[in-house]
Amino acid sequence: MTSAQMTDTPITDLAPMKLVIVGHVDHGKSTLIGRMLHDTGSLPDGKMEAVKAMSDRRGMPMEWAFVLDALQAERDQGITIDTTQIFFKTSARPYVIIDAPGHKEFLKNMVSGAASADAAILVVDAKEGVQEQTRRHGYILHLLGLDNVVVAVNKMDLVDHAKDRFEEVAGEVHKYLGGMGITPAAILPVSARHGDGLANKSQNMPWFKGDTLIAALDALTPKPLPVELPLRFPVQDVYKFDERRILAGRIESGKLSVGDTLLFSPSNARAQVQSIEAWSVDGPVLSASAGQSIGITLDDQLFVERGHVASHESEPPVQTNVFRARIFWLGRAPLEVGRRYKLKLATLEHPVEVQAIERVIDVSDLSERPADRIERNEVGEVVLRARAMLSVDEFTANPRLGRFVLIDGYDMAGGGLVSMDGFHDLRRANAPTSQNITAVETRVTTDARWAANGHKSGVLWLTGLSGAGKSTLALELEQALFRKGWQVYVLDGDNIRFDLSADLGFAPEDREENIRRVGEVAALFARAGILVITAFISPYRSDRDRARAVAPDLFHEVFVNAGLAVCEERDPKGLYKKARRGEIAEFTGISAPYEAPENAEVEIDTGALSLSQSVEQLLGYVEANFRTGAG
Amino acid sequence: MNHLDSLEAQSVYILREAFNKFDRLGMLWSLGKDSNVMLWLAKKAFFGHVPFPAMFCDTGKKFPEMYAFQKEYSVKWGLNFIRRDCPPIEEIDPTLPPAARSAARKTEALKRLIAELDLQAVIAGIRRDEEATRAKERVFSPRGENAEWDFRDQPPEFWDQFKTDFAPGTHIRVHPLLHWTELDIWLYIQREGIPLVPLYFARDGKRYRSLGDMDITNPVSSDADTVEKIIAELRATKVAERSGRAMDHEAEDAFERLRSAGYM
Repeated sequence: MTSAQMTDTPITDLAPMKLVIVGHVDHGKSTLIGRMLHDTGSLPDGKMEAVKAMSDRRGMPMEWAFVLDALQAERDQGITIDTTQIFFKTSARPYVIIDAPGHKEFLKNMVSGAASADAAILVVDAKEGVQEQTRRHGYILHLLGLDNVVVAVNKMDLVDHAKDRFEEVAGEVHKYLGGMGITPAAILPVSARHGDGLANKSQNMPWFKGDTLIAALDALTPKPLPVELPLRFPVQDVYKFDERRILAGRIESGKLSVGDTLLFSPSNARAQVQSIEAWSVDGPVLSASAGQSIGITLDDQLFVERGHVASHESEPPVQTNVFRARIFWLGRAPLEVGRRYKLKLATLEHPVEVQAIERVIDVSDLSERPADRIERNEVGEVVLRARAMLSVDEFTANPRLGRFVLIDGYDMAGGGLVSMDGFHDLRRANAPTSQNITAVETRVTTDARWAANGHKSGVLWLTGLSGAGKSTLALELEQALFRKGWQVYVLDGDNIRFDLSADLGFAPEDREENIRRVGEVAALFARAGILVITAFISPYRSDRDRARAVAPDLFHEVFVNAGLAVCEERDPKGLYKKARRGEIAEFTGISAPYEAPENAEVEIDTGALSLSQSVEQLLGYVEANFRTGAG
Repeated sequence: MNHLDSLEAQSVYILREAFNKFDRLGMLWSLGKDSNVMLWLAKKAFFGHVPFPAMFCDTGKKFPEMYAFQKEYSVKWGLNFIRRDCPPIEEIDPTLPPAARSAARKTEALKRLIAELDLQAVIAGIRRDEEATRAKERVFSPRGENAEWDFRDQPPEFWDQFKTDFAPGTHIRVHPLLHWTELDIWLYIQREGIPLVPLYFARDGKRYRSLGDMDITNPVSSDADTVEKIIAELRATKVAERSGRAMDHEAEDAFERLRSAGYM
């Protein structure tokens, strides 16, 4: 905004700064707000009289907190139960005050209030100093990325307006907030009940040379909208009310223009913005930026749905199925390893499983301890895993796509911030990079091939630990079927590594690429009428799901199941021994995870069955599903 | 983006979330300034369409100008308009103070409408700055089977993630205007040229600042007969918007009780 606009725009038309008031219970948050409203002339006529009457009725002196505590129970108990919002203005700008309850059991309400704030006032009782909720709220501010903090050391009248005491408390606050990397914009002594140091300079503390609270607030700069960050346009919905197919959503960061090529994650499909649609505006809209709720049409009718994220091709979000997160837990039941929750990140919704709890943080002294659960109102660090690729950002890189909530049953049970520390971005451009390519249709259909072969084709995807018997089983089955005259071929893990995937290692992103290639090749074979048997450990569900997605109607997952102990004892290639000696990094089952299938079409227990029994079982499945006329 | 742009964008986001999450959704259209702004925002959100019914619980005691307005604009705006009569006062809790009891007829009508249309959610145009209990509201506010509001145990709501997963029997109120102030509403009416019931504009030194039933709404002294003059008046006034609404002031907790029981 230019200065010319500034002077032309009345104060009341500026966007208000959202201010959350936090601090320990009874340190005087509601009183401070009530008095601040009064001292800035923001109370409506009659409000003071009403509050006085309420106070009189209860036989108490003028209770400023009644200005805010709207509920009967709040007034009777003298506490704030739920967050409330109230509007006021100074000569510099309007504000929205978000009053957050101080009681521990109302943390969810405090977070609800604080998460949308631009800045915070932390209220600390001069007599009591930093208390448990001071620390907890300070930590939550830090966690929410709210670093615009003004500290009001309140009730200075109760400590005889002593400079020494103020400096002592200020030192305590500095130390705690500093430990989290927050430097308060100001720390001021006030006496809220008497309006001392709020809008008016204190008469009782001539030793304090700093600002009044109001002046300190007016000096804060609101955070700008993230227009300069890379584009993130999460699709909220797809509308077809009329002839237009409109992708609706809010731009969370960056900007887009008509004609831009957008990359949609996780599908990696690309299309150009054909128009930005709007109702009741003058002229066409040619561009839009962070914060705007818009609708666009594309030049290509891609499959796009809620939760997909549009970006520019050069700066896409991270793609991953596993990430680390800082969590604050509000749920009635504790967060536990192995439990599943629904993750909601922008408009994306997807189930995730808690793979690990790395630590729980004690917010009273910032110490950390290992734990297997995070209780209500605790903060901790966890690893979450999803079955599919999710599009996210590091919270520090882009808060808008780096924060999420977890739903437990019907309830919003926690909030978290994404960290990719120790994990890879698994994005691979699996859309063609070549230009000028056009798909051709073959004239020989798969059905015709099946008729000629006398059997159907498909992919039998064998997955299991190393040593579970995948290759042995695959080769036996291939031979048995070949003898019957079937078109059959084995793609084996080790063989592929000599040629098609000779350039890849065993890091998660290399494994992902390896499986992607095998999935594509297997699907080609299957369409050619051949029954393909693949033998790959393929430890990640998401990778197998992607292989399935290449030819979903032809894909059959076979879980070759033998326990780790059995496989390690067999150790046909001596790899487990090497892995145990630490000579192989990231060995599945030892130092890298194996995610067993959840809905495999067949499970063969090679730990219990003999080889011939196993082959027998698999042959039975093939006969039942691939013989022409079957299945 | 200026302030009105961001208010509009946020409301549009909320309306789209509601539309995505609920198959059976309705919007309350009280014919007042706020609900006209809300309908306007729906047309913005859905590109000229209002893809759910606009519902009006009729006390039978609205001003004639309001009925005329309703007739004209339910056609002009292409609304799926649904009107239902409120039940008579005799069917309402007799322990409520008289004005609150009268207002509670609307709550009862709404409950019946929700049951009749089997609605999962109702969009209502309340604002935080109107009244202290409304200031505590959530954007997506769950209600019990009897429409009651448990203000002691509201779901967390942050980063625009709202409660959208429910046990059967839960009902939701959606509040897309919660973050607007009265002045914002008028500035937006001015910017967008949104039509209004003429009672808001001063005649013979009086105008209505808030429109309810004829018998429980009082005009304020004012000479503001244009949107511009109303905005100028609001910039200067310190009189509460709902001071002309009797039911807010009968007892210390009169309005709180009404709202807990399901009033908008």
